[in-house]
Amino acid sequence: MCAWAAPQPGCHRDIVTLNDVSFSFDGKPVLSHLSFRIQERDFIGLIGPNGAGKSTLLRLIVGLLTPDSGRIELFGAPADQFKERELIGYVPQKNNFNPLFPATVREVVMSGLFGRRKLFRRVTRQDADRCMDALRTMQIEDLADKRIGELSGGQQQRVFLARALISNPQLLILDEPMSGIDAETQQNFFHLIRHMHQKHNITFLMVSHDMEMVRSYLGEEPKETSGKLSFFVRHSHDLEDCAETDLLHTVRKEG
Amino acid sequence: MDLITAEFFQRALIGGALIAVTAPLMGLFLVLRRLAMIGDTLSHVSIAGVALGFLLGVYPVLMGLLFAIAASFAIEKLRRTYRTYAELSLAIIMSGGIALASLFFTLGMGFNLNVSSYLFGSIYTLDTTDLIVIAAVTVIVLGLVTLHRKELFLLTFDEDAAAVGGLPVRYFNIMISILTALVISAAIKIVGALLVSALLTIPAACSLALSRSFRQAIVIVVVVGEAAVIAGLWIAGVWNLAPGGTVVLLLIALLIVALTARTRMMRV
Repeated sequence: MCAWAAPQPGCHRDIVTLNDVSFSFDGKPVLSHLSFRIQERDFIGLIGPNGAGKSTLLRLIVGLLTPDSGRIELFGAPADQFKERELIGYVPQKNNFNPLFPATVREVVMSGLFGRRKLFRRVTRQDADRCMDALRTMQIEDLADKRIGELSGGQQQRVFLARALISNPQLLILDEPMSGIDAETQQNFFHLIRHMHQKHNITFLMVSHDMEMVRSYLGEEPKETSGKLSFFVRHSHDLEDCAETDLLHTVRKEG
Repeated sequence: MDLITAEFFQRALIGGALIAVTAPLMGLFLVLRRLAMIGDTLSHVSIAGVALGFLLGVYPVLMGLLFAIAASFAIEKLRRTYRTYAELSLAIIMSGGIALASLFFTLGMGFNLNVSSYLFGSIYTLDTTDLIVIAAVTVIVLGLVTLHRKELFLLTFDEDAAAVGGLPVRYFNIMISILTALVISAAIKIVGALLVSALLTIPAACSLALSRSFRQAIVIVVVVGEAAVIAGLWIAGVWNLAPGGTVVLLLIALLIVALTARTRMMRV
């Protein structure tokens, strides 16, 4: 197995680099001097009490907030200049969207493609196929034409994961994806995420409350701590080559 | 008298039909972003601009438009200062607009200010310039909304996701504000400043009650807007009623129909 342990260039590049990052909100420091590296195919479980800055950290990484000081890099580029936004899939904590919003599941999942790359471009036949693939991968294809507000919490969570996956991201950021879902759905969901980590070239950053679930996959001890934040890390070696795989197609083939 | 051959009525129908596409369309985006009251605010500020236009002898609709655009920027600015109180910024700007308008009105007492045609609308006095302005606004709004329909959907549904996807969210917010200001300034002479927000919000309310998808929602707002404006103008013309008021009352009637249909659908 040691062949895998040697970091291969191009295979284990840095996905996210935080360098001495500080952020305060209304004069109250939330994060101070945080440094951390996320490498390709890592699965990071981010644990911490309420107010420890978990969501803030994720929002800093995806660019919804700007750090007061320090540097954030995404795929080797400074975060504010990073243009290949389709490489990032982000499932925010609570999709507190208006339940009466007139949008079908299909429309919401499709909108995962409507980022910068798609500006001034048409929606193609292939995009529609990708959407179907994403729906099938999450096993919600029969809900495609339902209004998003009619779905249960667990189903909605799958919709938002499908939306994050449709652009074939290499970094998937999940902010408490299990909150408000029943235990069985949580198990299925976690199983699905673990499978994606083991079989596909996706790096994960997940905030979770569920210590048990995190420990069962990521080990007992955090690799690093900073303030009240703990980073649990597991690197996946299961993928035999680093050739780019299209998650949606392969997951489906494997059933 | 045959109404349909009367030139003033033809102008009214053309102007009304155009504004009945753009106002409900922009209204849908505003309602979905919880900014339904922006129409009221901008139209009241716009009235101040119209009054100033009369005082200075400048085309009043243009002055109204400039005021509306300035106000929409002020709203965005205040909205960012009072993040979670979007409606607070609207209330402040609206009072400011009314205050300015009342100042200009009193200043213009001696000038024979024809302000009431902008307060209550005077669709039968649309001149060629008004029609050209309305047509230009329609082309601009439909062009930009069609070009950016994907982005507008994402932005409206989930602004954070739009930002994470790398969309220039601020540019789009400014675009929405300016388009709204354009539509309102063009609509004021048709339905009147006091009723503009009805044309923005009631079709959206009907649409939200009935549509399952965003595509449907867009079709329904436009159909509702057109139905109310064309039927309203006709009824008002035949029975000699106030056209703006008739259109708005018809919109409310359509909303009641839509809500009834919705309850029926839910029961099935």
